[in-house]
Amino acid sequence: MSAAARLLRYQLRDVIRSRWLVVYALLFLVLTDALFRFGGSGSRVILSLTNVVLALIPLVSIVFGTMYLYNAREFIELMLTQPVGRRSLFAGLYGGLAVPLSAAFAVGVGVPFAIHGGIAGQAAGFAMLIGSGVLLTLVFTALAVLVALRFQDRAMGLGAAILIWLFAAVLYDGLLLLLVAWFRDYPLESPVLVATLLNPVDLGRVLLLLQFDLSALLGYTGAVFERFFGSGTGTWVSLAALSLWVMLPLAGGLRMFRRKDW
Amino acid sequence: MSIAVAGTAALELAGIRKRFGRLQVLDGVDAVLANGRVTAIVGPNAAGKSTLIKCVLGLVRPDEGRIRVLGEPIGDDPAYRTRIGYMPQGAPFPENLTGREILRMLKGLRGESATDEELIHRFNLGSELAKPIRTLSGGTRQKLNAVVAFLFRPAVVILDEPTAGLDPLASGILKEKIQEAVEQGTTVVLTSHIMSEIEELATEVIFLVEGRVHFQGTMEQLRRTTGEQRLERAVARLMRARVA
Repeated sequence: MSAAARLLRYQLRDVIRSRWLVVYALLFLVLTDALFRFGGSGSRVILSLTNVVLALIPLVSIVFGTMYLYNAREFIELMLTQPVGRRSLFAGLYGGLAVPLSAAFAVGVGVPFAIHGGIAGQAAGFAMLIGSGVLLTLVFTALAVLVALRFQDRAMGLGAAILIWLFAAVLYDGLLLLLVAWFRDYPLESPVLVATLLNPVDLGRVLLLLQFDLSALLGYTGAVFERFFGSGTGTWVSLAALSLWVMLPLAGGLRMFRRKDW
Repeated sequence: MSIAVAGTAALELAGIRKRFGRLQVLDGVDAVLANGRVTAIVGPNAAGKSTLIKCVLGLVRPDEGRIRVLGEPIGDDPAYRTRIGYMPQGAPFPENLTGREILRMLKGLRGESATDEELIHRFNLGSELAKPIRTLSGGTRQKLNAVVAFLFRPAVVILDEPTAGLDPLASGILKEKIQEAVEQGTTVVLTSHIMSEIEELATEVIFLVEGRVHFQGTMEQLRRTTGEQRLERAVARLMRARVA
């Protein structure tokens, strides 16, 4: 077993023990189950979950992730005194954070779907719900790594994490609408398109709602996105953009991690 | 692994510089630490002792300079750290793990089972190892810290303030362990604020002030240079000479 795999195992055990992770999984479990009991069909449950997924996953991933990394400082220092490379340690830390968070979400949502038979007939929608939830987890844990490495002080780091979430999940769409309103005399399709690609939460929303042909719920950015790409290409474009959103912060994080002094 | 190749230096430091922001912590450190000896790094607070040690371990990346451990230049390959045991200042261990879990984790990580756990018995640590680190006293943490440093029979042991927080009995046990290791050919690097401890253990001294080596030599040479028999006075004389 490689050093990275061994580290991942220790990290997983440590994170899984955390009460917060259990609470997080239970939250999705109870919510999804309740939506099935009240609402019924699989597609309606997926739609209702969309906004929860888009707000909650980024928030929990970045805040939990940032705090976790600050708490792992001693672990990191201990590992770095051992014959462990920084690259392996980085992989172990990120995996140990992203894997359990993704799993908690997938299990929390997946179990009620399985119990209530919501997957049959809605397989694509369900897959997209899990897929975009997992991708958003990967993106925001990667951002958490960046934040934790950038700020030595944990209060500053926590503040930065919350600001990033607030900006991406809440303010961004509103600011965009404002801009559109101000510049309504100009052709704005391409700037708005680019703006959507620049926000992972918008990408997640587009990805989910393109499955259901519900432009009304897409928000402004999503509507433009659908008109431009259509559902098929739009899905692939947003998947690719989200993957970039995972890889770029991770690459930056690894670079910082390898240069950091402890 | 504890018997090192005779003749080569355990540690060679050449032109080590490190700047943290505006502060030049290490300003061109050159030093050679002989194999199988106990070298004490002494100097006033903030002289750069811990930073220098961290450079050897790869925890801090020097801006300039070269470091060799047991003849091998250190780079990105972490393998050289299998031969170093380290006792960091203040015993920073993950708070939620127990001592036993930490030991098991380190052994698993190295894939080594032939370990030296004698210190656990000498410190009588047995029952404390089942408790999470956060519930342990500073002294108990420091005992675990010592266990970890000697765990894999390293050729080089680096001890940063090893007896801080230890009661006289425990610090006696640790000193005994250090002396035994040296008899078996281990190289020891040590920082301490307690001069009598350095006198007791070390044969070589490196005197570090503001990131530079101001004296390197044997204890005997230090006594001759300063004309003082007691290390405490000798170091004080060196420090005053610096200021004057």
